[in-house]
Amino acid sequence: MPLLNAIVEKSIEIDNKIFLLKVYSPALTANVKPGQFINVRVSETIYPLLRRPFSVCDVEGDYFYLMFNIYGEGTKILSRKEKGEQLDILGPLGNGFNIDGDFDTAVIVAGGLGAAPFPFFTRMIDKEKEVLSFIGGRSSHDVITYEMKNVSVATDDGSRGYHGNVIALLQNKIDELKSKKIKMFSCGPSAMLRALKTFAIENNFECEVSTECAMACGFGICQGCPIESTQHPDKYLLVCKDGPVFNVKDVVI
Amino acid sequence: MSGVDLSLQIGSLKLRNPIMLASGTVGYGNEIAEFADLNKIGAIVTKSLSLNPRKGNAPQRIIETPAGMLNAIGLANVGVEQFLKEKIPFLKQYDIPLICNIAASTIEEYVECTRILTTEDAIKAFEINVSCPNVKEGGLQFGNSCQMVSEITAKVKAETDKPVIIKLSPNVSSIADFAKAVKDEGGDAVSAINTLVGTSFNIFTKRSKLKNVTGGLSGPAIKPVALAKVLEIKQKVDIPIIGIGGIMNWKDVVEFMIVGASAVQIGTLNFIDPYASERIVAELEKYCVENGINKISDLTGSYIL
Repeated sequence: MPLLNAIVEKSIEIDNKIFLLKVYSPALTANVKPGQFINVRVSETIYPLLRRPFSVCDVEGDYFYLMFNIYGEGTKILSRKEKGEQLDILGPLGNGFNIDGDFDTAVIVAGGLGAAPFPFFTRMIDKEKEVLSFIGGRSSHDVITYEMKNVSVATDDGSRGYHGNVIALLQNKIDELKSKKIKMFSCGPSAMLRALKTFAIENNFECEVSTECAMACGFGICQGCPIESTQHPDKYLLVCKDGPVFNVKDVVI
Repeated sequence: MSGVDLSLQIGSLKLRNPIMLASGTVGYGNEIAEFADLNKIGAIVTKSLSLNPRKGNAPQRIIETPAGMLNAIGLANVGVEQFLKEKIPFLKQYDIPLICNIAASTIEEYVECTRILTTEDAIKAFEINVSCPNVKEGGLQFGNSCQMVSEITAKVKAETDKPVIIKLSPNVSSIADFAKAVKDEGGDAVSAINTLVGTSFNIFTKRSKLKNVTGGLSGPAIKPVALAKVLEIKQKVDIPIIGIGGIMNWKDVVEFMIVGASAVQIGTLNFIDPYASERIVAELEKYCVENGINKISDLTGSYIL
């Protein structure tokens, strides 16, 4: 996991204050897998001090993309990066999704910015495998379907697609899901991941989730990002090093 | 070769240069070794070890603050036994003095940890954490009492021939009194400072951002406080000081040494730039060459008031 000098190509606002940063870094794109992340130093100064973790949203040749909204000072600075600026990144970090398993259909379940890792995922998954994308949000403004395939949308307020949460939408399609050999892949708010865990276990669906937690280093030394393990309750797993992608059965969400 | 002598000695502990990696910021060395060449660093201080493994605090453990961060890890560690079995072999591959940091809930536990660890040759010194702000028992309740610090120093010293360094809390009214207590009981050095107690609240939910409510503040935000504490000790007590607090570059190292530090520890910076410690050693040497300093230890306490 080297420290890499990457070069910003452009920053694009795709929709509703959702930004894509396109960055040149052959060293990263040669090694990164869907679901892995990088830790970005957005400023050379001491404010903001810490790096910011982002999952790699997509890869095109020597370029990769990050997807983010403006949440605080760090993302504000990132959104203003201009072509040619150096970007200090650490990565690829963590474990990505296991996309090569014995399944015919990848069922993506994403909430809000949890959509971020899935354009790359969709690009990299075996062409023989089917991809179904279930995208949830509070309202149509929170729904991100960028570069996703076979999209079904659920919104809490009914402003787009199914009126209800994305797990209820999955429940509605249970017969279709059960007729296929599926594996679920998910990223999004904790409440959604919790509900998905119950849904996946009840229906005996294999399911991997990408988790998140505040962290300082991203490679295991700060111990800042613990997540409760179901198998070893006496010690925590670390989101950065043991995850961020886990089999949903292995972690308490 | 520049001819500059970067080495120094604290008790029987010989360091090739004054740059140490601070406890809790480099785990047990294996992750940081992927970045920095440990054979070029002065010393490594392990994550605090306790007699038995500790799970640590529930998340959220970390909050970023202006020019700093709050942490409340809660001394998560593998315990001394597993450390000796599983972690030491990795560190033995490197030519770097290993300093074990010990955190305990009782005086007996400090003594027991020292007794077990001192038999391992690879361990060259101990740093006793009497100042962790993030655990319910022990920690700061020791660090806030001069009498406790005296007793811990005396009892740990009685258990080992290796140098004993006491890591002091800045959360006291007179840090020099604590340094004096360490010296009087035969302690070899003090580390100053551990983190400052701080907190942060969400203004909409009115809840603390850290699960532990309070945490330890580190990073460049605390550097001026750390410098003042080092200076205070230097002026009042004749004991080697290891300066810690917000070091971001070689200039900060020089500043700590001028106010009295014999060596320094790099902490929070390791999270942001894991290569930094190795680079700082090289830059420090360059500073010495350019400023006609033949022996870096001459910098220690060279302040002019």
